Amino acid sequence: MRRSFLINAAAAAALAIIPAAAIAAGGGALEYKHQHWHFKGPFGTYDREAMQRGFQVYKTVCASCHGVEQLAFRNLGDKGGPFYLEECPAGVPETTNCKVPAENPVVKAIAAEYTVKDGPDDLGDMFDRPAAPSDKLPRPFANEQQARAANGGAYPPNLALIMKARHHGPDYVYSLLTGYQEAPETVTLGPGQHYNPYFAGDMSQLLKPEYRDAEGHPLPDVKVPPGGVLAMVAPLSDGVIDYADPAIPETVDQYARDVVEFLTWASEPKMEERKSLGVVTIGYLLILTIVLFFSYRAIWAKIDH
Amino acid sequence: MSHASTYKPQTAIERWLDKRLPIVRFSDDFMNFPTPKNLNYWWTFGAILVVCLVIQIITGVVLAMHYTPHKDLAFDSIEHIMRDVNYGWLMRYVHANGAAMFFLAVYIHMFRGLYYGSYKEPRELNWILGVVIFLLMMATAFMGYVLPWGQMSFWAATVITNFFTAFPIIGEPIKTLLLGGPAVDNATLNRFFSLHYLLPFAIFGVVVLHIWAFHTSGNNNPTGVDVKDVKKDTVPFHPYYTVKDGFAIAVFMLLFAAFVFFNPNGMGHPDNYIPANPLVTPAHIVPEWYFLPFYAILRAITFDIGPVSSKLCGVLAMFGSIAVLFVLPWLDTSKVRSMRYRPVAQLWFVLFVVACLALGFFGGKPAEGWYVLGSQIATAYYFAFFLIILPLLGLFEKAKPQPKSIADSVLKKAPASSVGAIAQPAE
Amino acid sequence: MSASDDTHQGEPTRRDFIHLFAGATAAVGAAGVAVPLVHQMNPDASVLALSTKDVDLSALEVGQAIKVFWQGKPVFIRRRTAEEIAQSEETPIGALKDKQARNANIAGKADAEDDNRVINPQYIVVVGVCTHLGCVPLGTAQGEVRGDFGGWFCPCHGSHYDNSGRIRKGPAPENLAVPPYQFTSDTAIRIG
Repeated sequence: MRRSFLINAAAAAALAIIPAAAIAAGGGALEYKHQHWHFKGPFGTYDREAMQRGFQVYKTVCASCHGVEQLAFRNLGDKGGPFYLEECPAGVPETTNCKVPAENPVVKAIAAEYTVKDGPDDLGDMFDRPAAPSDKLPRPFANEQQARAANGGAYPPNLALIMKARHHGPDYVYSLLTGYQEAPETVTLGPGQHYNPYFAGDMSQLLKPEYRDAEGHPLPDVKVPPGGVLAMVAPLSDGVIDYADPAIPETVDQYARDVVEFLTWASEPKMEERKSLGVVTIGYLLILTIVLFFSYRAIWAKIDH
Repeated sequence: MSHASTYKPQTAIERWLDKRLPIVRFSDDFMNFPTPKNLNYWWTFGAILVVCLVIQIITGVVLAMHYTPHKDLAFDSIEHIMRDVNYGWLMRYVHANGAAMFFLAVYIHMFRGLYYGSYKEPRELNWILGVVIFLLMMATAFMGYVLPWGQMSFWAATVITNFFTAFPIIGEPIKTLLLGGPAVDNATLNRFFSLHYLLPFAIFGVVVLHIWAFHTSGNNNPTGVDVKDVKKDTVPFHPYYTVKDGFAIAVFMLLFAAFVFFNPNGMGHPDNYIPANPLVTPAHIVPEWYFLPFYAILRAITFDIGPVSSKLCGVLAMFGSIAVLFVLPWLDTSKVRSMRYRPVAQLWFVLFVVACLALGFFGGKPAEGWYVLGSQIATAYYFAFFLIILPLLGLFEKAKPQPKSIADSVLKKAPASSVGAIAQPAE
Repeated sequence: MSASDDTHQGEPTRRDFIHLFAGATAAVGAAGVAVPLVHQMNPDASVLALSTKDVDLSALEVGQAIKVFWQGKPVFIRRRTAEEIAQSEETPIGALKDKQARNANIAGKADAEDDNRVINPQYIVVVGVCTHLGCVPLGTAQGEVRGDFGGWFCPCHGSHYDNSGRIRKGPAPENLAVPPYQFTSDTAIRIG
């Protein structure tokens, strides 16, 4: 009978993991391209240089439509962030503590490139000023309506949580960015529609009339293409962003990888702290468990039970 | 306390205190409580659950210091906790995963009570208090899930409050009353926050009654046989069960920590990282895993029964699946407490556990194809187990002989207690 | 509580090392848990980042004062008249209740002479929180009571501050604190 309980406990634990995994990749999209990411696994960390390049990709390409709503400039200089400085570079005044994000010269320089609205001033007017590290990164659009109007009715989602807001976020975003294709011959795309086999959608509605029966359903021998259409045109192409490091290829694949690294950090900035504290906690609990077990054995040694 | 107090005040201060507020006597009696010496690891889940409740209350109070219950600010305040508050991410992940661990533990605890007949005379009230705790837990977890104000939060609130609309005439007004408006909105969020903060303390109160109750009737034990001789059959709670519970808690914490630190969103749903949008329902809405069995029962009733719509039937079946637990002590007609001595009942019990797991599985699948039929069969078995099998089994089955006493069962590995011996390999 | 006086046969002695070790290990864990539970109450990262405030003083006339908001507290900035400066500079140290400068821009201790309270004597910049029990003194806005020494007056319990923000009379124990600040131009300062 004990066994049934064990099965129950194990299955309940397993059940806890199933829903997230089982429903993934729905909507007839292709199976994502599963990549090996630097941040995967219990000891995985972010690749700092990839994050820095990823920020460059975000800034140059994505930021024209997508915000990173929860991200402030200071976050870039947080411990574990892409521009965190353990020590100040040469030429920075001695009183500066570069570990503090608000004093980090790289972060300050990045922030100063942006303009934010502030106010009201003493006359009651709003005014523009250069951004400070404490400011959030400005959004590309003032509100959702403006964003939709500028993007053919589609709303470019917030990217600061995108990796946690999608099943298998990193693989999904990578697959989407690198997966744009010519639309198959069997379908007609509407204006402003772009085909991507990794985007959840229903391509059967876009089949050309000759592949559909009188009711509009696909004919029996017609294969409906995987994926769907989205309003975003393929955002990356080889060479659009210049990397400072000549050793890094300037390809769509590399851009996609780097921006995934950056956005994964943006979605879960405390991951490194979490995992390292987790190792300590698990280690402690293992010791506690063993010690308590022997204490338990000693106390019960002379009791028949 | 059912046992005679053995506390003797040693110092003048203790004697002074004992006459006015016998708190030391109470603690001493509590720690010395004579506990059957044969309790197995399934009995440690009581202590594990107390730890879960305490963890939820502490982390919850902390989170409330940083959370903002307003529809425009709630989502961002959660992200503020995750990103800016010192160890905020830890507090939130412990609290969110803690809810799931709490339910994992409570389900094991309930199956244990079911298997060993812990609901039978004289512990009926103890069981009923437990079901009340379970109900309060469900309400608390549901309202807590709404607070991050993500897509799943919003639509869970919408769907669950719409259960009530299944009831004719009174349904709509009840829903409006719960929501504070025609739809889920800021008023809903505010009251859910208030109640989510309140209910855990109600749970705490009922837990005190729950513990008080079994300190009056005494613990059940794997043999189901009453304590005959306190000296031979029992050991004091401390240190024997404090250390055993402590060990089990540590093992449980290992699993808990594995989730919190290495897969904190594994039990969550990605859509809840998208802010609530009243205009768009996510493609797949599923409740948290611990509600899936009940969700499956709700969806299993796809047909009208007479004049009653399938919608109302589903809601009634779901509420009924918990209501039936309240009358369980009077449905089971067997005089033998522990299923250890009821081989036929064991089989039905295993099937019942399988049915519950199957319901959990079906609850997470879209309501189509054979999933529907599967959930209907599992639902039918769920109710049959309580309403048909348990009442009839007690009348017809032939139980194995029970040991004369607890001490007997652990000393002589007689054939009668061989099942018990198997059940204790780790000890 | 119970184990020591327990009559059960075979009771292990509580002095057994393993039990002490188990207890100690659990205590370490409890202490470890206390760290995040307490630390979460400290200022969070978004609060810490709001550490500086730029103030433009070009519109501030001689004799006027303004109040700005910095780190959740008011900061008083007064552009003093020539008499006010002279008065503050001539006040003997012996007449002061608190003889320390309380100036965040000066490392270590310094006397509370007016020189040690300002960067540019034209402007006195102090945190507008009474050192008695935290009220905001009057005297910044036009027409407000400025107390017996012409500076600021705290209405809560009657503390009088002079034009250098020094406590002269009343229950407050210390001079008004001078926040860390610097002049970014002749007529602009950055506080923090």
